[in-house]
Amino acid sequence: MSDMQHRPLLEVRDLEKVYHLNSGLLQRIARQPALNLRAVNKVSFSIQPGETLGLIGESGCGKSTLARTVLRLHEPTSGSITFEGSDITKLPHREMTALRRSMQIIFQDPYASLNPRKSVEEIVGLPLSLHGIAKRGEIRDRVVAMLESVGLKSAHMGRFPHQFSGGQRQRIGIARALILNPSFVVCDEPVSALDVSIQAQIITLLESLKRELGLTYLFISHDIGVIGHVSDRIAVMYLGDIVEMGPSREVLKAPKHPYTKALLSAVPQIDAGARRERVKLTGDLPSPIAPPPGCKFHTRCPFAIERCRHEVPALRDLGGDMKAACHLVSAS
Amino acid sequence: MSAAIQAPAAMPERAETPTWQSLRRFSGDGFSVAAAIVVLIFVLLAVLAPWIAPHDPYETDLLRRLQPPAWMEGGEWSYILGCDALGRDILSRIIYGSQVSITIGLAVVLISTAIGTVLGLAAGYMRGWVDIAISRVVDILLGFPYLIFAIALMAMMGPGLQNIILALVYKEWVVPARVVRGEVLAAREMEYVEAARAIGAPRLHIMFREILPNILSPVIVVSTIRMAHVIILEASLSFLGIGVQPPTASWGSMVADGRSFVLDAWWVSTFPGIAILVLVLSINVASQGLRDAFDPKFSD
Repeated sequence: MSDMQHRPLLEVRDLEKVYHLNSGLLQRIARQPALNLRAVNKVSFSIQPGETLGLIGESGCGKSTLARTVLRLHEPTSGSITFEGSDITKLPHREMTALRRSMQIIFQDPYASLNPRKSVEEIVGLPLSLHGIAKRGEIRDRVVAMLESVGLKSAHMGRFPHQFSGGQRQRIGIARALILNPSFVVCDEPVSALDVSIQAQIITLLESLKRELGLTYLFISHDIGVIGHVSDRIAVMYLGDIVEMGPSREVLKAPKHPYTKALLSAVPQIDAGARRERVKLTGDLPSPIAPPPGCKFHTRCPFAIERCRHEVPALRDLGGDMKAACHLVSAS
Repeated sequence: MSAAIQAPAAMPERAETPTWQSLRRFSGDGFSVAAAIVVLIFVLLAVLAPWIAPHDPYETDLLRRLQPPAWMEGGEWSYILGCDALGRDILSRIIYGSQVSITIGLAVVLISTAIGTVLGLAAGYMRGWVDIAISRVVDILLGFPYLIFAIALMAMMGPGLQNIILALVYKEWVVPARVVRGEVLAAREMEYVEAARAIGAPRLHIMFREILPNILSPVIVVSTIRMAHVIILEASLSFLGIGVQPPTASWGSMVADGRSFVLDAWWVSTFPGIAILVLVLSINVASQGLRDAFDPKFSD
């Protein structure tokens, strides 16, 4: 068991994803300067087996790109991804396809992520037939079992996605992701497109499936309430960087980075006595094409000093498994 | 009405696919259905020509040279639409002529849609040099005027049914290829495509099984519209004398045959001309209805 603790299921090191804009033939002829969008900037983290790492940040900060790059749905620009002890960064297509049995993803929009022309049986059964895992007759049985374990009736197998509600559709998406018995699942904002009343049901389902099947989650959300509820550890992302990372309880109770403080301040408090230090965010997220120099957060940070404008803060160890990238934070 | 509402509830197992819903919308559009029936009648005429045609379309009878239609003076009811310069029955020749129009229309559209769909899928999904190569060829072909391109090809290959089909397919595939490429560019960014990649689906599966069924309706609609164009082009080539060769009856060559005596014997050119008009118009109306039925966003 202690050995397992030391060998992470997934380890990401200095992962970078850069999109080259303006790189078309015409733009090159017109000698327009190449624009680089650094969606993920040298990010490192690891996830232990059975753990849920929550990834939080505003829209457009690179959370989804990070998750898709980890799954090699987008090719990383540099850095390395180690999954179950082996480096998969450069794994050839064929072997990567085989590995997809072990790493799956649940998508944000249950309306766009299900093919409208396919029945539920086809959608949920496809992973089995593609990987040649089950014979034709068995596929049906396994689809039935899977649908029931995500709370859908097997009588609905012949229906098409548009005949289901958002919550039911998300259950179909979960069934598709889990039918291959993966060990690692990315939940890419799985509840943010759903009604609040349905969100709780889906989160409860995801948590109980995790316990039953021994899953490991990378759980992405922009809702700190959801993240706080499901995560063992939390990573906070801002403009492609992880700015703070640590155990869920510590990050929520005693956030170090001013950005995390600001995110937490935005959550309405029920208990009036437990007032936190309030940090207000001003301005919009800067453009990721031309991020501010120095600390990328200095344009919106109420505590910014001269040093923040020039020097990029490193993600430093603060002890107690906490890490933050801020010049103003010192190790405790 | 209540029966119509209850019908879906009676079969909860297999539900209606979007395609089926579109077809049902189409069947509620009386005008388009009527047009589709006219098109079907022409298809039946073509298939059943040997049994329907009252006379042999090739049998000449110089005594009946330029015989007027039945209701005019000198006309005969057994030759309802009159006879041409060689005394051949015009109605029979129109019925046989529909074989040429329908065959060429269907063959050209089917072949070019198949080719265009595959190339459009490849260009739109694989991008990169595949896309650049296919798109440049498409752009170049679009630069040529269609009829002149076809005339040049026919002049090189010589007349004949197969050559007409070839000459038209050479350029016609461009249309479905462009439509498909555009649709694929939009569809490939959908999350269900990403989901298919995440479960390890191979490229061909994603192109043909995930994307293709979702973009099929615009392709079908465009193909039916193009069929009308192709039929007109065949008639134009035959009119110019480089299409179907005599004595085979083609509406285009029949119009050309009557050209020199339009004033004295108007029926020789007019009836095949009306046949072209009715068929092309019906196809256009029916495909318009198909477009509205498959994409309710367009109809207003």
